[in-house]
Formats: sequence, structure tokens, C-alpha cells
Amino acid sequence: MMLDGVATLGRAVLETCRAAGRLLLFALEGLSHIFRPPFYFRAFFRAMLDIGYFSLPVVALTAVFTGMVLALQSSTGLSRFSADSAIASLVVLSVTRELGPVLAGLMVAGRVGAAMAAEIGTMRVTDQVDALSTLSTNPMKYLVAPRLLAGLIALPLLVVIADILGVLGGFIIATLKLGFNAATYLNNTLTFMQTQDVVSGLVKAAVFGLLISLMGCYHGYNSKGGAQGVGAATTAAVVAASVLILAFDYVLTELFFAR
Amino acid sequence: MTTAPKIRLRGVCKSFGDKLVLDGVDLDVMAGTSMVVIGGSGSGKSVLLKCILGLIEPDAGSIEIDGQNVLAMDRKAREAARARIGMLFQNGALFDSLPVWENVAFGLLAQRKIARATAKAKAVDVLGQVGLAGSVGDLWPAELSGGMQKRVALARAIAATPEILFFDEPTTGLDPIMGAVIDGLIVDCVKRLGSTAIAITHDMLSARRIGDQAAMIHKGRIVWQGDAYGLMESGNPMVDQFTHGRRDGPIQMELRK
Repeated sequence: MMLDGVATLGRAVLETCRAAGRLLLFALEGLSHIFRPPFYFRAFFRAMLDIGYFSLPVVALTAVFTGMVLALQSSTGLSRFSADSAIASLVVLSVTRELGPVLAGLMVAGRVGAAMAAEIGTMRVTDQVDALSTLSTNPMKYLVAPRLLAGLIALPLLVVIADILGVLGGFIIATLKLGFNAATYLNNTLTFMQTQDVVSGLVKAAVFGLLISLMGCYHGYNSKGGAQGVGAATTAAVVAASVLILAFDYVLTELFFAR
Repeated sequence: MTTAPKIRLRGVCKSFGDKLVLDGVDLDVMAGTSMVVIGGSGSGKSVLLKCILGLIEPDAGSIEIDGQNVLAMDRKAREAARARIGMLFQNGALFDSLPVWENVAFGLLAQRKIARATAKAKAVDVLGQVGLAGSVGDLWPAELSGGMQKRVALARAIAATPEILFFDEPTTGLDPIMGAVIDGLIVDCVKRLGSTAIAITHDMLSARRIGDQAAMIHKGRIVWQGDAYGLMESGNPMVDQFTHGRRDGPIQMELRK
């Protein structure tokens, strides 16, 4: 009885290792094609549009409202300690270091990761991936590499905009609702914000972008079994990307800020 | 004097888990001939084509094209061998994110590095060869009927003038007239290009229209090979049962009771 339990646990561990190995090999192959010709620039620009431009509205709205809520919550919390003046620094540090990249990552994972998995998954189950191979085109090079590169580049660009809009949201609430002086608020924001805060957020964004594309491509590429399989791949891509974003957020925060 | 076959398969085996799909397939296809492979659903026809194409790696056996074992080739040589083959997939497998002309010219753009304008002109020319107007080139695959999608897929398969053509169930899902049209186009294209062709189908009319030679696959083995013309009167009990659609005979359907 106990041996059965150990065997089951062993099988689960082995399967997890196998899955991690498959994912790692897929990622390495996809990344290696970024540096080896031929390069598919049209596929790359299309992926940049999908990930960057078309995600802009949802990321912008999320950032503005997050900045507004942060300012409001900070005001009610910090006023208990007569520390209202720290609102500007709290908003800018929270947004640039943490909330900008994480929330943008989660939003893009839901929007783009799902779409990637669905598109590549549908191509897989309708033989379009095989058709690529018969037309002198490596599917990893044509479908995966451009998306990985686009995720790596587009998410930091989105996060720059999210950072600005998040701070703007805090500024709007602080000046229009909480009665802060606009010049003082901006001065506090710029005084407390350091290069490392922004850079760490952008590095996180690049890693999250890569993870989102990787999960979308990996689950889509390996989907099987028709519409149900594509649906399962889409769900798996979003869930895996979201969990990995939160896990890597902790790891990167440790690397940047732990003393 | 005997000439070597264009495509030669010896002892090709493939299993998925514990399911044996190909069980030592031997098949010769001579240059310039059209071979039709018939067989029931799940008999291993599509897997056979995918093994020759290199999309699926066989567990054992050899697959020779022009005397060269493709399974022993390195990746580059295998890609070069694959570039000589055009494939018409069962459901067309057109890329929905690209307009029709780009689907047709995809292989040319990927392989030959020709300019997009030249590729578009070539695509329009090839669309004409399968009876489609040039204006179809600007449509999207989703805007086409099933028959038109098959023609576009055929145009894509022949665009790079391949030496070998594969057709996977070319008439499935089409009405009889459109099926005859597609068969006619296939025969014309194969003759014009001088290609060697393998078609898999369970449409007997289509098999006799397309094929010079025919073979039947059952439970992963070639059980009969002969002239496509004599398919309906082969004298082989399995082929006769299959071609005449009889319930009783040596082929037993595995039905759960």
C-alpha cells in the first residue's frame, strides 16, 4: 500500500521532470531560431502589433485605475500615521517596480497568450503546421521565434506606457480629490523614483513577455484532439503564464532588491 | 532492363503507443506514374504519406527517393528532399491568416526568395491552371467554398513544380461533380509536370480516375498491388469486398457490441 503511494509519487515527479524538459527544449529551440536566418519580419511585426498595439487599451485602463486606487488607498491608510506626503512616492514605486509589469503581464497573458495558443493550436489540428513543413518552412522558425521575440520586446514598451499612466492616475486623484498641489506631487514623484525602480520593472516585463509567448506557443504547438484540445491548450497557456508571472516576479524581486 | 523506382519503401513500421499502424509496408512507385493507395479508415494511409514526407519518423524500415534513403539523411538533406514534394492535404490546410495568393506562393517565397510582386504574378498564373480567376487571389481562405479551397490547395501543392505529388483524400467532402473536376485537375497537373504521384483515397471512382497503379493497405500492410484500371475486378477478396462496399468478407469491422 505504502509502496503504491511511493510509486505514484515517483511517477508524478518523473512526469513533471519530463514536461519541464520538453518545455525547456522547446524554449531553447524557439530562441535559437531568433538568431538564425531566414528571418520572418512580417510575422514578427504582426506579433508586435498583436501583443503591443492591440493590448494598449486594456493595459492603459488597468494602469490608470490601479494608480487611482493606489492613491486613494494610500491616502486613507497613510493619513492614520500623518504620512500623506508619502503618497506620491508610494504610487510611483508600487507602479514602476511591481504593479505596472505584473498587471500588464496578467492582462496580456489573458488576451494574447490565449489567442496565440488558440491560433497555433487550430493550425496544428487542421494540418496547417504540417503544411508549413511541406512548404520548406520550419514551423518553429515561422510560428514560434517571431512571437517569442515580439513578447520580449513589446511588453517592456507596454510597461513604459503603463508606468506613465499609473502615475498619472495617482496624480489625478491626489490633485483633484485629495487636494495635493500638482507641482509638489510631481516633484515628490520624480525625487523618489530611481533608475533601478524603472529598470527592474522593465526587466520583469521582458521576462513576463517571453513567458507569455512561450506558454501560448508551447501549448498551442502541442495541442491535439480537435476543438476540445485547442480549448484545453488555451486554458493551459493562460493559467501557466499567469502562475509563472507571479512566481518569476518573486524571483526577480529577490534578485533586484533582496539585501 | 529494369528502372529503379522513384519511391521505394521497405519494411516501414510505425506504432503509436501499443497501436501498430504500419506493419512492414513494402511499396514501389515508378517515376512518372500515379499510385493510388486505398484502405479503410484507420488503416494507416495518412501515416504512410506522413512517413514518406518526413512528418512522422518510422520505427523501422527504409524510405528511398531516387535511391537515397531519406531516413538516413541529415536535416538539411531531408529538407531539400522534402522541397521536391508537393502535398495536397485532406482538408486543404490553407493558412487562414494569409490571402489566397500568398497561400499559393508560400513555398516559392520561402524557398526561392523571389520578390513578392513576382510571386503574386506566379500565384495568379497557377490559380489559372486550376481554373480559378486571378481575383480569387485577393480573397481569404474562409471566403471560399470547399471546392475552391481544394483547388487553391492544389495550386499551392503544384506552385513550386514538384517532382513528387501527394494527395490525401482529394475528393473527401466534395459533391460528385466537384470531385470529378478536382480529379481531372489532378490528372492534368501530374501529366503537365511529369510528376510521380501518390494519392490516398477511399473514393473508388476517384481512385480509378487518378491512378495508373493501385495498392490496398489493411492493418498496416500492403495486401494487394496492381493496375488501377482493374481495381474493381482484382480477384483479391479483400480488395473486392472494399471496392464493392460489401459487409461480409475477410475484412471485419471492429465494432463493439
